[in-house]
Amino acid sequence: MDSPVRAQPSAEMSLGHVRWIGFATIVIREYGRIVRIWGQTLVPSAVTATLYFIIFGSLIGRRVGPMAGFDYRQFIAPGLIMMSIITNSYGNVVSSFFGAKFGKHIEELLVSPLPTSIIVGGYALGGVIRGMMVGLVVTAVSLFFARLPVMHFFAIIAAALLTSSVFSLAGLINAIFARSFDQMNFIPVFVLTPLTYLGGVFYSVSMLPEWAQRLSFANPILHMVNAFRFGFLGASDVHVFGAFGLMLLLTVLLFGIAVQLLNRGTGIRD
Amino acid sequence: MLALSIRALTKTYKNGVHALRGVDLDVEEGDFFALLGPNGAGKTTLIGIITSLVNKTSGSASVFGFDIDKQLERAKSCIGIVPQELNFNQFESPMTIVVNQAGFYGIERTEARARAERYLKQLQLWDKRNNAARGLSGGMKRRLMIARALMHEPRLLILDEPTAGVDIEIRRTMWDFLRDINARGTTIILTTHYLEEAESLCRNIAIIDKGGIIERDRMSNLLRRLNTQTFVLNTRQPLAVVPPVTGFEARLVDDHTFEADIDKEQNLNDLFRQLSGQGIEIVSMRNKVNRLEEIFIRLVESGATPKAAAAAAAVIAAGEARG
Repeated sequence: MDSPVRAQPSAEMSLGHVRWIGFATIVIREYGRIVRIWGQTLVPSAVTATLYFIIFGSLIGRRVGPMAGFDYRQFIAPGLIMMSIITNSYGNVVSSFFGAKFGKHIEELLVSPLPTSIIVGGYALGGVIRGMMVGLVVTAVSLFFARLPVMHFFAIIAAALLTSSVFSLAGLINAIFARSFDQMNFIPVFVLTPLTYLGGVFYSVSMLPEWAQRLSFANPILHMVNAFRFGFLGASDVHVFGAFGLMLLLTVLLFGIAVQLLNRGTGIRD
Repeated sequence: MLALSIRALTKTYKNGVHALRGVDLDVEEGDFFALLGPNGAGKTTLIGIITSLVNKTSGSASVFGFDIDKQLERAKSCIGIVPQELNFNQFESPMTIVVNQAGFYGIERTEARARAERYLKQLQLWDKRNNAARGLSGGMKRRLMIARALMHEPRLLILDEPTAGVDIEIRRTMWDFLRDINARGTTIILTTHYLEEAESLCRNIAIIDKGGIIERDRMSNLLRRLNTQTFVLNTRQPLAVVPPVTGFEARLVDDHTFEADIDKEQNLNDLFRQLSGQGIEIVSMRNKVNRLEEIFIRLVESGATPKAAAAAAAVIAAGEARG
């Protein structure tokens, strides 16, 4: 081995600078992971959305007729986009963070000077990026099957960003607690999927009996899907501002919980 | 200045295991320091607490004056860690791993790439920089962790068994590399099971056992305290019985080998003189065990209590303070 260059004492860098570069590094690494395994991260949702459009949109949809005053394919398109955003944001962070725990390379971050809020923020933004990328892919697929008007552009962007933030953070919390691959998959399979299917992706809740409607309003995904649909179609089953308030509240709450859990070392430190 | 200062550090795991029982330890800036102990003694827990991979139960620790409770970010900026177990993403390339690690310490990518080239070349990994890390050999993976730990040019480098499973040739080149790093100003704390490694590299030493420091001294002082050494001597002529050597304890091992115990007050010339007088030719000779290993085993087997060791350490420290 050659003679090493002098190891200089660590320069006095501002903590703000360290945090910013560290945050950007986590996000770049997460983005790199999404792109590197694009066959697993970007393609499956496009295939699933295509199948949904063929089966529910074109084959069954013809018999369903209009829904809430819109062509059925138009009605389900925002819901399908949102469904892909939810599952991909969640899935990205849960698998990336749990993989880092399992492979022990989460220690690279834990020994670094980055505060936990930056680590949480970096992973969450990675999930948001995947959600947005997949959302764009599924939107492109949707345009082959349905004409999608844009009634409120900023509502679309805000609903997509907030929803993916909520589920990225939820995925992170799942990964923090998970001790095995089974535990990593439990929430997506037994909680997330049912809530998504019952979240008004394929139907308007106004079709449901009164008690079922009331029960549906307790499902946050219903509010997210409807806020997103409002952006495209200008129609919603829920109060749109209330939906945005809920998303914002959940984002702040889950961020705080994730930071607290990592500060305590839950699932990562003895 | 103290690179590391630990006071009354304790750690009790949830299962009730007391991994550390009130450890006090100082490491001077610029030192090459050995932290030795048997498996389960508390070495990795101690390092884990310093690097925030393990939550302490009580006590305090500071790195270059930065308290890990009050100025954790500053303290962690000073530390580079080479852990015992592989802990990098095996699917990433060495280049990606070290550049990202630099980023976690606030080093911009242009500078990080320059440093990556420097350290990967020095540690003979440059040719493999774009290969997936899982394809590297065991020795290469160890060197990759050293390169990664050096990316932010830490003031304190902690190496937890860095040469475990590395062949002798690579191990010796790693020693040279670490000596150079230390000579250029980086404080190094080394844990190792190769006591020859600690004896060769380190100037000061602490031995930890059952969660307490049982010995803390200069390496040279510690080795001087060894009262008896056992040498293994190989003879040219076959031996039927152990050669009679006055004043020495000797035992026959086989027909060409015997062992002799040499006290601190005795010298080897006496032994050789007696053997030459009997016409016995010695063709080779070696220490039966490494000197440090012998002291280490004695200390650990004697079951010195942390309290007694602390008192002994205080006496040693007072002696050092007197000059």
